[in-house]
Amino acid sequence: MKSIIAQNLVKTYRNGEVKALDDLSLDVEEGTVLSVLGPNGAGKTTTVRILATLLKPDSGSATVSGIDVIKHPDKVRELIGLSGQYAAVDETLTGWDNLVMFGRLYHLGKVASIKRAEDLLERFSLTDSARRPIKTYSGGMRRRLDLAASLIVQPKVLFLDEPTTGLDPRGRQEMWEVIQELVKGGVTLLLTTQYLEEADQLADEIAVIDHGKVIARGTSDALKRQVGGERLEITVENADIARAQDIIARISGSATHTDVRTISAPVTTGSIALMDALRALDEAKIHPLDIGLKRPSLDDVFLSLTGHVAEESEAEPVKDKRRGKK
Amino acid sequence: MKNAITDSLIITKRQLLQLARVPEVLIFSTIQPVMFVLLFRFVFGGSISTGQPGGYVQLLMPGIFVQTVAFTLAATASGLAEDMKKGLIDRFRSLPIARSALVVGRTLGDSLLNILVLVVMAAAGFAVGWRPTASVLSVFSAFVFLLLFGYALSWTGIYAGLAVKDARTVQNVSFLITFPMTFLSNAFAPTTGMPKALQYVAEWNPVSTMVAACRELFGLQNEFGATANSFPSQHPLITSIFYMVLIMVIFVPLSVRKYKNSSN
Repeated sequence: MKSIIAQNLVKTYRNGEVKALDDLSLDVEEGTVLSVLGPNGAGKTTTVRILATLLKPDSGSATVSGIDVIKHPDKVRELIGLSGQYAAVDETLTGWDNLVMFGRLYHLGKVASIKRAEDLLERFSLTDSARRPIKTYSGGMRRRLDLAASLIVQPKVLFLDEPTTGLDPRGRQEMWEVIQELVKGGVTLLLTTQYLEEADQLADEIAVIDHGKVIARGTSDALKRQVGGERLEITVENADIARAQDIIARISGSATHTDVRTISAPVTTGSIALMDALRALDEAKIHPLDIGLKRPSLDDVFLSLTGHVAEESEAEPVKDKRRGKK
Repeated sequence: MKNAITDSLIITKRQLLQLARVPEVLIFSTIQPVMFVLLFRFVFGGSISTGQPGGYVQLLMPGIFVQTVAFTLAATASGLAEDMKKGLIDRFRSLPIARSALVVGRTLGDSLLNILVLVVMAAAGFAVGWRPTASVLSVFSAFVFLLLFGYALSWTGIYAGLAVKDARTVQNVSFLITFPMTFLSNAFAPTTGMPKALQYVAEWNPVSTMVAACRELFGLQNEFGATANSFPSQHPLITSIFYMVLIMVIFVPLSVRKYKNSSN
């Protein structure tokens, strides 16, 4: 069964001048994770806001758990959790205050709200800072608390809008672990991200969007095949280019591409190919200036799908963009 | 309906919690009006002669009370704009709560803060010689009246906050409106010194009618207000009630509608 269905969504801003969504359709199977991948301004946030009943589309329809988000927003709100760059918590209050307040607003009752808040704080390793104002939290802690606030009533469908944008690598890693844990619990998740790696880590399926449209859809592997997988890339002295090309071609099994002194070729075995290359180069007494595995980035995905890089477009209101960044 | 009320009260409680967590806000929002009481009492009090027993402070206190509650507009507006900017409004809107809860809760919270501020100001006024002469009931009704005025203005603040969306801008805009309104009135000085045309503006100004009404309820003659002999100066209480109803009738539906559409 499909938990989320969006059909032909259109949304324009500034009296039709800016088209944020241009006939966007997508769906998410119950209990799975769909990652909506795209650059800033592609329409990710607009999509989430429509599905989470915060925004009405100009045309098109959408359902969450079979309920129409436009006709019955109140019923949808009882089923969903929303967290990310725009949904927020009260920074002057403590983590405990916030969670208890949201529990009460979900009509859990006082005792149950407190119990739930304490459980969630424990689960997201925030018990020690529960009594401190959110202002004093690190970016990662703040996001975890935000996520906790969206889980107060075990939502059936969860929307996470760029949950790790602006976090440092450690915060991002922690957030991923938390999200993976949640997914095991069986929630249907729609996650937006600008990072291919994030989509790769968390999602069953990826929908790539650009200029308000879904331009590609599939599993991470399928998309990567489409984009091209990892490449081994090596930079050597001019004198070594020819010999290095031979070595790389042998390890890759495919044709190499040479750009000035940088040679690259697709590989399928990842770090094993890298170690093989290092060993072979060492035996041949070639000292590479630089060597590494290059994974396809969002730019690569875009380049191969659209022929242009993921540039910032103006498709979402400026105020919305500003909010998420700190 | 029951949920709509409890939801609103939870939002109100949030504002009280904010005050408890950041007590500086509370301290400064009471220091400022107290400072006004002292400054006006001792700076202008000597130069403005009144025929009232008890002197200028008797006339000043109603003026300062009204000015303070008029500033509720700015407080409500900037508080709401701040919530919008931080994305809190989106969070609330994604919850299964009554749509009106957030705005109703905030207007109630700002009124509760007004109660506290008025109590502190009354104490400060009492300390510098303010002595209402009317019955306890009449004085009490003056304060209820002031709170209602603040509550009505809170709704214009909701509208302003939703329309402007930036806390600092909306605060400046609100002061640009409330400052001239409180000074172009009978609140601090007699209107008789103003040019004739301004006297009429001052007479019809809701701040003047509120001040005049409070003066009556505190047991004073409204000596500053009667210059132009207009209806509002003759019947300040009725005119003020009319103004409050008018503000609410216009701004409650307008604000609720604006809030519902705020992110579309």
